[in-house]
Amino acid sequence: MAHLDGIGRSGVQFFGKMSASISHDLKNVLAVINENAGLLDDLCLMAGKGKPLDPGRLKRLAEEVKNQIRRGDRIITYMNTFAHSADSESVAIDLRELLGLLVELSSRHASMRGVRLEIDRSSDAVTITTSPFVLLNLLWRCLDYAMAAAGPGKTVELGAEKTADGARLRFRKLEGMDAAAGSFPAEPEGSLGRALSAEIRLDPGTRELAVSLPGKGQGE
Amino acid sequence: MAEKVLIVDDDKAFLAILSERMQNRGMEVSTAESAAEALQMLEKESFDAVLLDLMMPEMGGIEALQVMRKKQPEVQVIFVTGHPSVSKGVEAMKLGAMDFISKPVDMGELTEKIKEAKAGRMILVEKQSQEKIKKILTDKGW
Repeated sequence: MAHLDGIGRSGVQFFGKMSASISHDLKNVLAVINENAGLLDDLCLMAGKGKPLDPGRLKRLAEEVKNQIRRGDRIITYMNTFAHSADSESVAIDLRELLGLLVELSSRHASMRGVRLEIDRSSDAVTITTSPFVLLNLLWRCLDYAMAAAGPGKTVELGAEKTADGARLRFRKLEGMDAAAGSFPAEPEGSLGRALSAEIRLDPGTRELAVSLPGKGQGE
Repeated sequence: MAEKVLIVDDDKAFLAILSERMQNRGMEVSTAESAAEALQMLEKESFDAVLLDLMMPEMGGIEALQVMRKKQPEVQVIFVTGHPSVSKGVEAMKLGAMDFISKPVDMGELTEKIKEAKAGRMILVEKQSQEKIKKILTDKGW
């Protein structure tokens, strides 16, 4: 796996960051289920002392547990897709699906920064063959910059489109681009870009960041 | 007298269920979904313990702790977090947090810590009162 061999530290850091975020989300799910189970215990104890059980209250508790299980299942599903993204360095990827996974993985980080993430689904779906893990790593770094460049309270719009020689991924509405700290793209992004033969471009005119990928981009 | 507790967490489901359980134990519970909301509440009233989430949008728990300690030096903050790490725990304690516990919460342990917080706060408030009285006596030369 030539792509994966070349990304070393950056790849491990990315995997660690995403795993930490996922484990935090799962801890929160378990915490709510734990409190619901605790409240059931409390209600049983009170029933033992003569306070009647309210079936409506029990039903609401059951619904909340089901809600949390759905929430946990969604987190584990994208965690599993993320884990399997390192299985192969060259597979056909639906870029909009990949952006969906990136948004799920980044939702906590976005929320912490007060930034909303939206996927533009107006363009046709596009598929490209490359390393999903390396591409996710690069897109995460781009999104990290894009969130800083958009600023708190703003929305970053993500989109994918087919080009003549491959595909392009776009991060739009970066209104605070001029004030964003640090130079971008820096070495880690450059290294990931080279591993994918991708070109990273900032366009202050349109307030967007674009990642162009070579290959046989296939629109539907 | 019932323990007066403020829970600060951006997870609404967690806030709702934890506050209900604590109320069932006779505590007087208020909730805030953000650090900013909690700080506004602390302007108006005081609490025996503040249960504070570590990672929240806009202002995180560590920053909130620093502001709270400036406003109310006697405030007793217990971090309740799904993101436990030794370094964050040490940082929180150095900044004056009373304790740092991990989600899912053990209600027995949490209840004990809230009682400790109340006792600790009462000692600090009493000490502050004594110092104020001492200062008045010294200033007035009585």
